[in-house]
Amino acid sequence: MRVGLFLTCVNDTLYPGTGRATVRLLERLGVEVDFPAAQTCCGQMHYNTGYRHDAEPLARRYADTFADYDAIVVPSGSCAAMVRDNYPRLGRRARDEGRGEALAAHLDPVVPKTYELSEFLLDVLGVTDVGAYFPHRVTYHPTCHSSRMLGVGDRPLRLLRAVRGLTLLELPEKEQCCGFGGTFALKNPDVSAAMGTDKARHTIATGAEVLCAADNSCLMHIGGTLNRQRAGVRVMHLAEILASTESEPADPSSAPAAAGARAAGAPCAPAADCAPAAACAPASTTARGGSR
Amino acid sequence: MPAFPTFPKAAREATGNAQLRHNLRKATGTIRGKRAAVVAELDDWAELRRAGKQIKERTLRHLDTYLEQVEAAVIAAGGTVHWAADAAEANRIVTDLVRATGERDVIKVKSMATQEIGLNEALAEAGITAYETDLAELIVQLGDDRPSHILVPAIHRNRSEVREIFRDRMGEWGRPAPDDLTDEPADLAAAARRHLRERFLSSKVAISGANFLVAETGTAVVVESEGNGRMCLTLPETLISVVGIEKIVPTWADLEVFLQLLPRSSTGERMNPYTSTWTGTTAADGAGDGPGTFHLVLLDNGRTDTLADTVGRQALRCIRCSACLNVCPVYERAGGHAYGSVYPGPIGAILTPQLRGTADPLDASLPYASSLCGACYEVCPVAIDIPEVLVHLRERVVQGDAEHPRAKGHLAERVAMRAARTLLDSPRLLGAAQRAGIATRRLHPGRLPGPGAAWTDTRDLPQFPDESFRDWWARRSAAGEGAPAAPAAPARPTPEAGQTPEAGNAPASGDTPSTTPTSAPEERK
Repeated sequence: MRVGLFLTCVNDTLYPGTGRATVRLLERLGVEVDFPAAQTCCGQMHYNTGYRHDAEPLARRYADTFADYDAIVVPSGSCAAMVRDNYPRLGRRARDEGRGEALAAHLDPVVPKTYELSEFLLDVLGVTDVGAYFPHRVTYHPTCHSSRMLGVGDRPLRLLRAVRGLTLLELPEKEQCCGFGGTFALKNPDVSAAMGTDKARHTIATGAEVLCAADNSCLMHIGGTLNRQRAGVRVMHLAEILASTESEPADPSSAPAAAGARAAGAPCAPAADCAPAAACAPASTTARGGSR
Repeated sequence: MPAFPTFPKAAREATGNAQLRHNLRKATGTIRGKRAAVVAELDDWAELRRAGKQIKERTLRHLDTYLEQVEAAVIAAGGTVHWAADAAEANRIVTDLVRATGERDVIKVKSMATQEIGLNEALAEAGITAYETDLAELIVQLGDDRPSHILVPAIHRNRSEVREIFRDRMGEWGRPAPDDLTDEPADLAAAARRHLRERFLSSKVAISGANFLVAETGTAVVVESEGNGRMCLTLPETLISVVGIEKIVPTWADLEVFLQLLPRSSTGERMNPYTSTWTGTTAADGAGDGPGTFHLVLLDNGRTDTLADTVGRQALRCIRCSACLNVCPVYERAGGHAYGSVYPGPIGAILTPQLRGTADPLDASLPYASSLCGACYEVCPVAIDIPEVLVHLRERVVQGDAEHPRAKGHLAERVAMRAARTLLDSPRLLGAAQRAGIATRRLHPGRLPGPGAAWTDTRDLPQFPDESFRDWWARRSAAGEGAPAAPAAPARPTPEAGQTPEAGNAPASGDTPSTTPTSAPEERK
C-alpha cells in the first residue's frame, strides 16, 4: 500500500512537529509513508471565504500530487473534510456552470482515499493501541469539521484511552466551536474571541495539563488564547501524543508555544525538538490593548 | 428600512453586554437540552427528517401547481386569495382590507411574515393599531423593542426586565399591570392574560401568519403554546392571514411529518399545546365557529428569486423552528439584534441576504456571521445545509453573478486571496516564503497591524519553527533515513488542460477537454 502524507500548509509552515510525529507514528506501525513535495494546500481558505475558483487549481494540485497513492493521511480534520466534503461539490458546481465533467473526473478519485489520521489508524490499519506512552492529564476537543463533516466520532478518544499513563478528562461543552473559523477570526473578531475565551475557560476547568485536538488551526486559536491568559495549559496535536513513547517521550512543556509566551510555571526542559526561541523566551510584557 | 450596523459592529456591542450574554446562554442552553432529549426519544428521527426535507423539496419544485391548488381550495371554502409580489404590495392589501371593515384596532397572532414586511408600521401609518397577543411579542411591543429570536422574541430579556416593562408601559396599551406585580413568571403571565383578555373580546379583526398551508383543502395551520392564537383565529369576524408562498405542504398526510418535527425541534416538546387549523370561513348561515370573512395574502417578497438559485433555494425549506439559533455559538454571543432582520441566527444569515439581496452592507456581512462549525445543519429538522449556503453566498458577495452585482469593499481581500493562491499553488514559492518567515522570526511583532490586530488583541501568535516540515523531510531523505522520498506525482496525461505550475495569474482554468498532458508538479530544487 502506497501511503502519502498530506501535511497541510499550516502544519508544514508552523507545526512541523505534527508532521514529524505523524511520520514517526506511522513508521512505528510499519507503514512506509511518503511526503510528495509537490503538495501545498487543499484550498479550504479560498473555498470557505467565497473564492471557489481560486480553490480549484489548489484542489487539482492535490489530486495530481496524490493520484497514485492508495491512501492519503491528513493530520487535520478540516483539511480532510475539505477534500471529502467539498471536492465533490467543486465538481458539481463546475458541472452546474456548464463546464462539463472534467473537474469532477479529476478530483473525485482522491476523495475516498483521503483519511484523517484517526480514521486511517482505526479503519485502515485496524489499530487502537498504537503503543504510546504519555503520563499526563489530557482533555480532548472534538473539532467541528472532524466531528460534523467527517464524522470521526469517538475514534480519537479510543486512541487516547489506549495510551498508557494518560488520564483523559472530559471537556465541558466540548461540542461548541472554539471560534477560529479561518477568516471568521478576522472578520468577526469579537465573537471569535468570546468563543475562544469560553473554550479556554472550559479547558482550564478540567485541570488538564494538555488540550489535545486533531486540528492545529483550532489549537492555534485556543492555545493563543490560553497563552495570553498565562493559563499554564499546553495544546498538542493528537499525532504528537500518539507518537510519544517511553523511549521517546513527548514533553508537553516543549509543545510549540506562541510567540513570546511560555506556560507559567512549566519548567522548560530542553527536549529534543525544543525550539529555544519558542519555549524559553522571556514572557512578553505587552499590555492588552483595547479592540480597534 | 432603518440602517443597521453591519454584523461585526453590532456583535461587538452584544459580546460586551454581560447581562445579555447571561440571558442568552441560559435560555439557549435550556432549550438545547430539551430539544436533544425529545429528539433522542424517536427511533425514526433521521427518517422523519429526510421525509420533511423531501416533502419540502418536492413542493418547492412544483410550487406553481400547489399555489394554484391552494387558491382554488380557499376560494371553494369561502375565502378570498390575494397575491403580493413584495412587502409594499402586501402591506397595501392588508391595510385596505382592514380599512374596509371600518375598524381601527387589530389583534395579531405572532407572525414572522408580517414582521418581515413591517406590517405593524404600515398599519400605524394608516392610523390602525396592531396589538400583539403573543406574550413575548407583547413584551417586545411594550418595550419599543425588536424581536431577537424566532421562537422567543424576547429571549434577550430576563424576568425583572419584563416586570419593569409591564409596570411602566402596559397602561399605555390597555389594562395596566397591577401595582404589586412581582417578577414571578406566573404573576407576569397572569398580568399579561388579564391585559390581553380584554383585547380578544373587543377586537373584530385579526391578522395571522401560518406555519403551514395544506394545498389539498386550502387549510391554514398555526401551532402555538399560549392559546392566544386560538383566540385570534376564532373570536374575530374577519381574519387576514399573510403567508409566505414556501409554507405549502401538499396533503394532510404530509402535515403529519411536520407536526412531529416542528415542536420537538422548536420548543423541545413532543407536541405543541395548540394546533389550530382553519379552512375558509364559517358557513354562510352562521353555523359553526370562526370568522365569517377570511382573506389569504400569499407573499413572495424575494422567495421566487431565492427559488431560482440551485444552492440557496434550500433555505426555503425552513419551518422556522429556531433549533439552529439555539445551537449556534455565534448567535449565543452576538444576540439576535445583530442580524438586523426578523430572521436571526444561522437561518437568518442565509435567508436575509437572499430575500433582500446583498447590496446593503449589513446584508452583505451576514454570510460571514458564522465559523462554519456545522452545528446548525446537524439539528435542522429539514436538513438545510446552512454552511454550504453560507459559503455559496460569500462567493456571491465577493464575485457577484449574473443577477447579483458583487458587494463593495472586497478589493483588498480579492487581491490578497489571489496572491495567496499564487503562493500556495507553487511548492517553490511556498518553501521560499516559509524560509523567509523563519529567517525573520525574531523580528515578528507580537501585535499585528491592520485586520491582524483583531487576532493579537486577545491571542498570542504562533511562533515560526526552526525549520518547515518540507525542509526537514528533504534533509532526512538526503541523509537516507526512513523511507526514501518517492518522486513527486508523475506526469500523467489527463483529459483536460492542466495548469502549469507557477501559473498563478492565469484565470481559473476552464475545463475544456484537451490532450495536453498535465505538466509534472515541480521537483524540489
